[in-house]
Amino acid sequence: MLDATPKTQIKREALRINSCKTCQPVGALYAALGVHRCMPYSNGSQGCVAYHRTVLTRHYKDPMMAVSSSFTEGASVFGGKSNLTTGVKNVFDIYQPDIIAVHTTCLSEVIGDDLKAFIQDLDIPEGKYVVHCNTPSFKGSHINGYASMMGGFINYLSQKTGQSNGKLAVFPAWSEPSDLRLLKSYLEQMGIAYTLFPDQSGVVDAPMTDHFEYFPKGGTTIEEIRGLGDCTQVLGLGEWTIPEPCAALEKKCATPSTILPYPIGIQNTDRLLMTLTDLTGKPVPYAIEEERGQLIDLILDQHIWTSQKSCAIFGDPDFILGVTSLVLEMGMFPKYVLTGTPGHAFPKMCQALFEAYGVEDQCQAFEFDDLFDLHQFIKNDPVDLLIGTNYGKQIALAEGIPFVRAGWPVLDRYGHYLWPNIGYRGAMRFVERISGAIMDHVDAVCPDEDFDVVM
Amino acid sequence: MDIRTALLDKYGARVYKNRKDHILTVPSDGSMPVVGANSRSLPGIMTERGCCYAGCKGVVVGPIKDVVTITHGPIGCGYYTWGTRRNKARPSIEGQRQENMPMLNQYMFSTDMQEPNIVFGGEKKLRKACEEAIEIFHPKAIFICATCPVGLIGDDIHAVAASIEEDYNVTCVAFSCEGYKGVSQSAGHHIANNQIMRHIIGSGSRPLPTPFTVNILGEYNIGGDGFYEEALLARCGIHVRSAFTGNASIEEIASAHQANLNLVMCHRSINYIADMLKTRYGTDWLKVNFIGIEATKKSLRDIANYFGDQELLDQVEAVIAEEEARYAEDFAYYRSKLSGKTAGLYVGGSRSHHYQLLLKDFGVSTVLAGYEFAHRDDYEGREVIPSIKLDADGKNIETITVQPDPAQFRTYLTPEGAQRLKETHPEIELNDYKGMIVDMEAGALVDDDMNQYETEELMRLVKPDIFFTGIKDKYVVQKGGTLCRQLHSYDYSGPYSCFQGAANFARDLVASLYTPVWGMIRVPWKSRPAILAHTAVGGED
Repeated sequence: MLDATPKTQIKREALRINSCKTCQPVGALYAALGVHRCMPYSNGSQGCVAYHRTVLTRHYKDPMMAVSSSFTEGASVFGGKSNLTTGVKNVFDIYQPDIIAVHTTCLSEVIGDDLKAFIQDLDIPEGKYVVHCNTPSFKGSHINGYASMMGGFINYLSQKTGQSNGKLAVFPAWSEPSDLRLLKSYLEQMGIAYTLFPDQSGVVDAPMTDHFEYFPKGGTTIEEIRGLGDCTQVLGLGEWTIPEPCAALEKKCATPSTILPYPIGIQNTDRLLMTLTDLTGKPVPYAIEEERGQLIDLILDQHIWTSQKSCAIFGDPDFILGVTSLVLEMGMFPKYVLTGTPGHAFPKMCQALFEAYGVEDQCQAFEFDDLFDLHQFIKNDPVDLLIGTNYGKQIALAEGIPFVRAGWPVLDRYGHYLWPNIGYRGAMRFVERISGAIMDHVDAVCPDEDFDVVM
Repeated sequence: MDIRTALLDKYGARVYKNRKDHILTVPSDGSMPVVGANSRSLPGIMTERGCCYAGCKGVVVGPIKDVVTITHGPIGCGYYTWGTRRNKARPSIEGQRQENMPMLNQYMFSTDMQEPNIVFGGEKKLRKACEEAIEIFHPKAIFICATCPVGLIGDDIHAVAASIEEDYNVTCVAFSCEGYKGVSQSAGHHIANNQIMRHIIGSGSRPLPTPFTVNILGEYNIGGDGFYEEALLARCGIHVRSAFTGNASIEEIASAHQANLNLVMCHRSINYIADMLKTRYGTDWLKVNFIGIEATKKSLRDIANYFGDQELLDQVEAVIAEEEARYAEDFAYYRSKLSGKTAGLYVGGSRSHHYQLLLKDFGVSTVLAGYEFAHRDDYEGREVIPSIKLDADGKNIETITVQPDPAQFRTYLTPEGAQRLKETHPEIELNDYKGMIVDMEAGALVDDDMNQYETEELMRLVKPDIFFTGIKDKYVVQKGGTLCRQLHSYDYSGPYSCFQGAANFARDLVASLYTPVWGMIRVPWKSRPAILAHTAVGGED
């Protein structure tokens, strides 16, 4: 596997090999799936949305509804207005969503389609909405697209009436439906009135009922998005992704925000819960405190297998910042922390974590980088464990290192979207899987005389 | 209301007008209907189609294993075609293991264009990317595949390819397969065919180990189908020079013109090359199908009859007898589990036809079939090609004409031999394909470019026991309670070709149909008599 990857590195300026990011539109599409009865709409040729639906379906194993403008060469030359107008009409006629969320593609960005003007000219049925955001694929990554679509909804819909609705708005960075469910359970256990936006739970993890629905139960409602301007406060979860939508809401409705790290790991979850108490006055219930105790107990129980071990972590900025925080809490060295998403803030945030644990000399962080580089780093200075998306399994196999799948996408396993990554429960699952992977590896490679049936 | 009418009923006037020509019932009088294939999908209609780039890079060019294929564009297109089509490959040339062959199909290469590359042009970055690829991998060839913005900003990728070829003495070919071209993946197949013909085929030469040497065109080795085919043909004494393009090396493709017969699996994606090889080198092509027991037998016999060698004919019969004996018990068991079921098929441009024959082997009848990106000839047969009128989208796709190569032009069969074959074996479709519909039962439904709405409705109206399609609609069908298996990726199983593949396929189908959880979908307490719930321990009463 990956036998053509040499150990010697050359500095690459132009060739991206084995990417650790994808393009903006898929993030916008995913964000739009987190809105109830929303049809994501890609203004471009039909290949983009085919790929996005494919990758999302392969990760979540559920239908992903989205359409495109089906640009042909004519539309690419003369502009996409006519295609958008026909497309929006067809979507409302046939699929009957309450709202269409349009995002752009590199094609419509390059030809300069003015979505705002196009949408103003649309004949939108009474009580229905069309919103948009710009997602040029030649900037940022899928994570930027996710943030941009959140901003699109806010810009079009959110309003400040002057009458507070007494709710806390919660803006998560790209999250698994399981994590959104866990977040809601925390909020509900604490008795906090909230609007979670976006919320893909119930949409991308819908139950088997013998009955297919285009728009399952889940998703933030249009009313809730409209009411974001009347929320008392925004709690943003994800220091890399969430400032942009928070800024959009602040600009439009002057809603203040607090932004925390994505709550993976002990201390990030501690901060989430304490901030919830600070913002609402509601105490953390014992049931959650008990989970925290179970987590610490687990980490202590298994620490002999993980403490002082090194690992490489790759994926999306907020998610892997959380994972980095957790592995540091477990006493591990995140030797390489790498994202494909561009942005200098990311290595700085990692550096702060490394310094907090005094491991800055052993650990490095990389932005706008790829898995070919990561593989070469590992070839030159190995790690004990690899954590990341399904594409990490090539490197893990090539180098014979244990591997834990985490983040997006995971295209080669089932059920991961049902179990949390965040909160104390999510951390427990990480700890179990990390120690399990390391111990499975010990079992797999040791000679018979060293084989332990009790570990 | 018949099914077709019911299906079209929900559409408004414009959509109705567009879709009505794509949906029809196979006539009972044996006449051939006209299918409105290969036309634009309407904006906002949830088509399952992809783009031109997907057809070129994703289907035809991508599988070639020892080539650096660089996607020139923003990152997404390259990312989504990274290891996602299960084109299996091993380090070998014509079946001989090559220890040092770089397996470059495991990698994803892109120029990851950024805003300045869009504003100021991306040619410099592309050239630099090629240079870096050469420095790191020393590949035998570099392919460049264009994405939407490349054509719009006017990057001359062909000039970059030419300059790389000149400066570094490495084959470098560019494919102008921008996503917006044509109406589906099909345009990309054509563009890939043209460039492979222009730049690769004919540039190499390797000795022919036997006169019974063939190419398998349109075999992408998904799930390892090509591996089974190659092994089966080898047992018969037939050597495979190259497959287009599953498990293909650049060297095999370059010397493909030396084979004595071309076998065509996926007619849609590769018929251009089959045709051009016939014109330029005289090589005949034969439509084969190794999906299905009877289809495999016919294909083997057709090939042997083409070569007309008695020893080969005997060996083919011996192999068929051996394989049938080996799987007789399996086939009988699977037939007992599957017979009487009905199926629907919606796949790309050949499988919807091929798998009807395999299903028939097990007593499963196909009640509904459609292609995602086929042309009329894939439905109705090649005789309609002269009557197909090109629309604006079709005219934008280049058609190249090749001339006979006097030095290398030779047809295995003499004109007399060809005549004899025609007389003795009229069933052989030499240089011809009769399309899918001739193999369908009267009354079965055909739906071209079946969209999400139609798929869901058809599950309700036609109620097949099994539906075969791709990943995007798989879970729509499954959530509605119908078994759905992917026929693009084989649901990560396979191979499904030849005799053993037929057994694999039937095994998977039985495993899916009879998995116990189908019987547990209904929530039991919802159908329990109220009185029982009421009197249970801990109940209120």
